[in-house]
Amino acid sequence: MNRRLRAVLSRLAQALPVILGVVLVSFLLTRALPGDPAAYFAGDAADAASIEETRVKLGLDRSMPEQFGLYVLQLAQGDLGQSLTTGQPVVEELARRLPASLELTLVALLVSCGIAVPLGVLAATRPGSWIDHACRLLVTAGVSLPTFFTGVALIYVFYYLTGWAPSPLGRLDFIYLEPPSVTGFFLIDAALAGDAETWFAALRQLILPAATLALFTLAPIARMTRAAMLSALSSDYIRTARAAGLTSRKILFGYAFRNALLPVVTTLGMVFSFTLGANVLVEKVFAWPGIGSYAVEALVASDYAAVQGFVLCMALLFVALNLVIDLAYSMIDPRIGFDSK
Amino acid sequence: MLTIKDLAVSFRTRRGEVNAVRGVSFEVKEGETLGIVGESGSGKSVTSYALMRILDAGGRIKAGEAVYSGVDLKRASERDMQGLRGREISMIFQNPRAALNPIRKVGHQIEDVLRRHARADAQNARAKAIEAMEAVKIRDAEARYDAYPFELSGGMCQRIVCAIALACDPKLLIMDEPTTGLDITTQKAVMELVTELIRERSMSSILITHDLGLAAQYCDRIVVMKDGAVVEAGDPVRLFARPQHPYTRKLVDATPREGASIRELLPAEVRTPEPPRRISDEALLSVRDLVKTYAGKSGPVHAVKGVSFDVKAGQSVGLVGESGCGKSTTSSMVVRLLDPTSGRILFAGEDLAKRPAAGFARDPMRAKIQMVFQDATDSLNPRHTSRQTIAEPLRAMAGLKGRARAERIEELADLVGLPRPLLDRFPHQLSGGQKARVGIARAIAVNPAFLVLDEPTAALDVSIQAIVLNLLVDLRARLGMSYLFVSHDLHVVRLLCDHVVVMKGGEIVEQGPTEQVMTAPADPYTAELLEAAPKPPARDAA
Amino acid sequence: MNTMTEIPPAKTALAEPQAPPVRSKGALDHVIYVLRDNPVTLLAFAMFAVLMAAAVLGPSLVPYDPLATNASEALQPPSAAHWFGTDNLGRDVFSRAVVATRLDLLISVAAVALSFVIGSALGAAAGYWGGWLDIALSRVLDTIMAFPLFVLAMGIVAALGNTIENIVYATAIINVPFYARLVRAEVNIRREAGFALAAKLAGNTDLRVLALHIFPNALPPMMVQVSLNLGWAILNAAGLSFIGLGVRPPTAEWGIMVAEGANFIVSGEWWLAIFPGLCLMFAVFTFNLLGDGLRDMVDPRRRT
Repeated sequence: MNRRLRAVLSRLAQALPVILGVVLVSFLLTRALPGDPAAYFAGDAADAASIEETRVKLGLDRSMPEQFGLYVLQLAQGDLGQSLTTGQPVVEELARRLPASLELTLVALLVSCGIAVPLGVLAATRPGSWIDHACRLLVTAGVSLPTFFTGVALIYVFYYLTGWAPSPLGRLDFIYLEPPSVTGFFLIDAALAGDAETWFAALRQLILPAATLALFTLAPIARMTRAAMLSALSSDYIRTARAAGLTSRKILFGYAFRNALLPVVTTLGMVFSFTLGANVLVEKVFAWPGIGSYAVEALVASDYAAVQGFVLCMALLFVALNLVIDLAYSMIDPRIGFDSK
Repeated sequence: MLTIKDLAVSFRTRRGEVNAVRGVSFEVKEGETLGIVGESGSGKSVTSYALMRILDAGGRIKAGEAVYSGVDLKRASERDMQGLRGREISMIFQNPRAALNPIRKVGHQIEDVLRRHARADAQNARAKAIEAMEAVKIRDAEARYDAYPFELSGGMCQRIVCAIALACDPKLLIMDEPTTGLDITTQKAVMELVTELIRERSMSSILITHDLGLAAQYCDRIVVMKDGAVVEAGDPVRLFARPQHPYTRKLVDATPREGASIRELLPAEVRTPEPPRRISDEALLSVRDLVKTYAGKSGPVHAVKGVSFDVKAGQSVGLVGESGCGKSTTSSMVVRLLDPTSGRILFAGEDLAKRPAAGFARDPMRAKIQMVFQDATDSLNPRHTSRQTIAEPLRAMAGLKGRARAERIEELADLVGLPRPLLDRFPHQLSGGQKARVGIARAIAVNPAFLVLDEPTAALDVSIQAIVLNLLVDLRARLGMSYLFVSHDLHVVRLLCDHVVVMKGGEIVEQGPTEQVMTAPADPYTAELLEAAPKPPARDAA
Repeated sequence: MNTMTEIPPAKTALAEPQAPPVRSKGALDHVIYVLRDNPVTLLAFAMFAVLMAAAVLGPSLVPYDPLATNASEALQPPSAAHWFGTDNLGRDVFSRAVVATRLDLLISVAAVALSFVIGSALGAAAGYWGGWLDIALSRVLDTIMAFPLFVLAMGIVAALGNTIENIVYATAIINVPFYARLVRAEVNIRREAGFALAAKLAGNTDLRVLALHIFPNALPPMMVQVSLNLGWAILNAAGLSFIGLGVRPPTAEWGIMVAEGANFIVSGEWWLAIFPGLCLMFAVFTFNLLGDGLRDMVDPRRRT
């Protein structure tokens, strides 16, 4: 069997126990939430007997392993339970809100990479210059920024003081209608519907929250790009390329940059993990109707099915993403799968 | 063709300017091979980087001239230099696998150079690259074209590096330590290949090396450098027979060669007679049918396949072979850091193989067998001063404390010739030779009867090696130790050992008294090894 | 050939040329050298001293009681009387911000110390002995790292209860993988190094070799990780408080102050949120700068 194919399959197989662990942990966590869901479901006027009835109906009187078995069975059918606060199936609510979070995260990451990677490359090729110092300053300061604080500060400066940014009340100003839903991404859907006004409105609402997230992720990406480029540029094979007379451009982009991409791609995985967490904070500050704010509301209400669904969803998203990143890595690096340790 | 005159190169560092090269002059004529020989820090590599203008950031040519066929290398623009490099002047380096881009197919790397210097275009690049590979005698060039460096052996990688360097038919080839780190037989194959190609194409070349013997064998003229300056230059035979400069004399003496005794490695002024020693008839160490098998990814790996030899009390036995032959595994088992799969290790009557390696640290026999390691940088704890390093075995095994321990440490320092003030220094503050001495002091601290030495001088400059080897000779006589000396360097083994064991592929192919094996080898592999070792010219009687 | 003639001592024939005596530099000398050598390190330590002063002496030196409300003085902008202004309940923002230093530092130091000790022990054992311990540890670490870390902390605090101890435990758990992986890799590299083998030859048991010889050499890279983690831990705790987990009002904590203050930003009362946020940034920035300096102090190779 092709060595690469074998490596890919083994990587997929590695993900399985992790998924199992994730399911187990999310189950355990939310079974430990305070509050009695049976009492909540039964209603304010319920007496002990009907609370007990509700408890049996929800399956909360069974033993833990039995509950876990039930849980896994339901999962396999795509059933994440019912939200206590809204009465809707959790799966539907998550599906409805996921595109909002994804759109925000992806736009932020795109902007962030677009700035951080060139910055890191420039800083590495001109060590000691002002751009190198600026990069280092950005990296040290950027890692110190609390996302919720930057969001708040940005709102103050750009909304209250200068009035450039719109009011931080969600994805779209209420005078506009949502574009017909194809992907759930307003930017794409509005473009598909040919609706320029809505497109710009959606963009305007996106700018501040995306900027907040992007500021947060700029630092680690720039730092890793700079470090990886520096390391690549001082390698032996670059010396060989120089001695063979290859042009600076070829050496920089064809040789050094491609090799430097490897650690950068790995860092992206870590950055995405932080971003998914920071998402929660940013969505709260900007009243963004994504799964992060859904989770915060659910936590406060001890809505266990919703919280469980959220944690599981985030984790699975993350596992899937890491898988994609690892596969991308193995595409770039031919050494993977060959007796690599 | 190439004229270098009073070249001076300096580096800007945090502690000010460092002059790496101070006024070096030499010439390379058409079709000539020049050798630049020097120990570490002599500036030999920096000189070549400077004339290729590929110095690291912070390095610059401070003064002097460098002219190649009428082109002023010092003043040429970067663009002109990029045109020269690879097309007129090429360079090959140490460590061939690291010199190739790990994520690019080797064929494509050759193509890059061809297309850069307009020797091929998109249509015929592949064909021309394969031609370049065939020119360096790579069989199945078509198949190897799509390989990545990690899939190829060290020797094959060096051929690819040569292919890249020679693809555009340069007139001058600079070789910076091209054989360091390679096995002797691979070393010979690479040098023969390169020499043949240079001759075929009537090229000039510069061979930079620390190995005077290697330079003498392959170069028309030799330049000797020390501390950034040229101390002597001339014909290799004359240089070896009648060296003028004291440093050259020191280097020539220190180069291990046939017919020289170990004392003759040292400068004449410090030669003392070799101390006598007693070799008993009794075997102190007996290894019988030692086997080590690992579970590898694609089936079991037989590192050692049944090895038997004896070391008599007071004797020095050499264990030679190329990389992968199992000599290091064997020595690890003998010193009980590794458990054998089967076999016996009889030491003073006891079978040590029965005592597991994991618990051997607490065994009373631990103090009797000790080891001196190869790379002193790796074998000294970076956080410990020399004193603490030497104290460690005294603390754990001899139970010495306080005043008694301090005295013993100082005694050991004197014994190995380490000045006492150096006892309070950290490894990064010590030179290679000083670190080697600390390692030896640590090993002999508890008076072992048996010492395993795993390539103890491989990483040292040749003049330091001479000193350390002689120190080992003195110590074994003084302390009555037996040695198992593991090495790939046949000349060194010949100087130090009474008996030699030759290994290949996990088995012993030949063993016997050193003189006999080295002059009249019974096995063809031993003969091959002897043939491949560089043979420096003879020294006139000093 | 049995007579032993006098062997000249190695000193005369083969000894090293006499070296100039080295003024032995103790650990304190080295610390001072590192501080002088790199101005950034000096700055970082000065900032750290400010933080420590605020944490230790702050509560006794602040002008107002951080919990005392005063409705008539609510929402006053910064002035001579109230340097950072007052919040919606009339409490002095400056006093609250300074007092919060102690709480935030305590949380982060406790969490990082816990994860450092546990992560190092597990990682060192896994890196040295390998085998099933290594495999089991890797699976557990993978599972922890499979969650976006902040989300996991949210989940843990929500599950265990809304207390400060639980913030510490949650933060410690999500940080363990960093140390465990780092230590495992560093120990693995050095497991077969000459000095580790030499330590065994010198009569040390495996445990001693690991604890006293190999592990101390892993400390320099870990120092950088420790300082980064101290910063993250503060951000984490503040983030959790921001969404209502962990610290509860009226306790003064930077995250909760920004959360309460965020409601007033859109009406222009910026001082409630901005000042605590700046304090937060100052603390995290200090720890980030500290990383390289700490590593230099612990690394013997920087000693001259």
